[in-house]
Amino acid sequence: MTDIQTRPSPRATLLETDDIRRALSAVQDPELDEPITDLGFVRSIDVMHGVGGLTISVHLRLPTSFCSPNFAYLMASDSKDAIAALEGVDRVVVELDDHHDSDLINAGLAADAGYRGTFRHEAEEGLDELRWTFRKKAHTAAMERCLTELLRANRNLPESDIGRIPLADIPAGRTKTALLRRREALGLPTHPDAIVLVDHEGRTYALEAVPMALRRARSTRISIDGNAHFCRGLLRTRYAGSEADQSARPEGAEPSTQHTLLPVTIKEIHQ
Amino acid sequence: MYTKDGENYFIVDAHIALWDARPENQLNIHGKQFIDCFYDYHRNLSPADQLWTYEEYLYQGGKRLMKDIFEDGYVDHAIFQPAYLGEFYKTGFGQTEEAYALAAANPTQLSYNHCFDPRNGEAGLDQLRADHERMNFKGVKLYTAEWNGDSRGYKLSDPWTYRYFEECRKLGVKNIHVHKGPTIRPLDRDAFDVSDVDHAATDFTDLNFVVEHVGLPRLEDFCWIATQEPNVHGGLAVAMPFMHTRPRYFAQIIGELIYWIGEDRIQFSSDYALWTPRWLIEAFVDFQIPEDMTEYAPLTIDQKKKILGLNAAKMYDIPVPAALQLPDAGEPTTGPRQPERADLAGV
Repeated sequence: MTDIQTRPSPRATLLETDDIRRALSAVQDPELDEPITDLGFVRSIDVMHGVGGLTISVHLRLPTSFCSPNFAYLMASDSKDAIAALEGVDRVVVELDDHHDSDLINAGLAADAGYRGTFRHEAEEGLDELRWTFRKKAHTAAMERCLTELLRANRNLPESDIGRIPLADIPAGRTKTALLRRREALGLPTHPDAIVLVDHEGRTYALEAVPMALRRARSTRISIDGNAHFCRGLLRTRYAGSEADQSARPEGAEPSTQHTLLPVTIKEIHQ
Repeated sequence: MYTKDGENYFIVDAHIALWDARPENQLNIHGKQFIDCFYDYHRNLSPADQLWTYEEYLYQGGKRLMKDIFEDGYVDHAIFQPAYLGEFYKTGFGQTEEAYALAAANPTQLSYNHCFDPRNGEAGLDQLRADHERMNFKGVKLYTAEWNGDSRGYKLSDPWTYRYFEECRKLGVKNIHVHKGPTIRPLDRDAFDVSDVDHAATDFTDLNFVVEHVGLPRLEDFCWIATQEPNVHGGLAVAMPFMHTRPRYFAQIIGELIYWIGEDRIQFSSDYALWTPRWLIEAFVDFQIPEDMTEYAPLTIDQKKKILGLNAAKMYDIPVPAALQLPDAGEPTTGPRQPERADLAGV
């Protein structure tokens, strides 16, 4: 981390970088279904004391220069909103580093131009549909994880029963907690009798459609887990030392996940 | 050809490039960002003994390409799939003339596929016709995230793209290789969306659509489209090197692909010069689905032979010695294959 020491001030509030980090942990990468703080996307947090209150400056970084700018904007804009909501904050500066649209996005954020004001002719309406698409995928993956864990633990469970398993039958734990959170995000019921295998509108599947529904859900889960680990790896490759800012992701992890980092080489021509 | 344990494999590398990303060819910061992004892919996914220096990575030239691919790399035939990137590089990223000349000089080993951009309208159509008359290619590579003036991407379902597909039809350019995203058009939706492939494949059933990097990062969407469209194929560019860093993930990718689209529509690609074919071929022939992943059947030698070369050879009419050929799998044209191979509970 490159946190700058906060200067003591007569008006100092109790807000410190940890509080800012906590606020930022509510910001999700919609595609990877994880907080940006766990992914290592927060590069620096700077708390400065001013007459009118605190000025918070945050730098974000992404795994590549060509990460999709709509996700980049969402995370940066959500970050700004999350910090601005904190008491005692007067000014928030969020900047995205080293991205092909850094100039565009940073100018839009500084001017509070909003999504359409930032991207002009490339924006149509808003990013709600994009968020919705990935909320649905996140739910699908969480659902598949629960049911597959259950199947692995109960080898005698008939496949035909999968479509009738209620939430009550899923053992408590990280996987179930994640599913409940995803169900809430879609407005699906979370009571113990609610059926686990449902589409994003809560519809259950006919008996013969169950295997295919689970197979499709599995491919979604594989895709999300694969992307999450690949993006983490690319960030580590791009920013030396950034692994210290990443938390482990058990879903989709494998022994080689934290494979030995290759020697860092400078991406410059050596004259 | 690659030989291991008495088995001979005919190898087609279906996606290679001859690029020039040297600083003198970079138009702007994006040219540097683009090759740096590729170099990070290379650094992140390569075994330590396969790492190139940054200087090596910027440009290889024809002589080095021939050595890496044919002399060291076991490849029988390789296909150029150029990305133009005219907004980032002065003479483009993929070097058209250099690659075409190399292919013309080595016709049994190299095929040159071309590229087009439907946003170039009528002038681009004229250019496509003229280029085809001169170079007589069987396929094109489309990069839908290409920047072009005010536009930063297009869709296969755009009316102008359809005009170009109609022209491809007339010219006999049957193989459309698609590199998806991140397409910035419009930004409201997922930049990696592959649904435009679905539209194009439905409306041009006589063309083959090879989706490079099997739709990653949208593997699930790609599989769902490809299982319904018999003319959609998957290119393994970028997916292959996961064998080294994340073998279980690679097993899932290949397991899902074989389940959803079958063994006859998957093509090996090194994506040279992102990676070199030699280590990828060696690793793939040795690769096996981990035993605890009972949801997937083990990979067979025949499946590996098809993926490593026979499928692409068939698409491009590349002659294969009789001893190396195999019959098709006789699977359905649409829908999942052999569900018993991918049981749910892993009994």
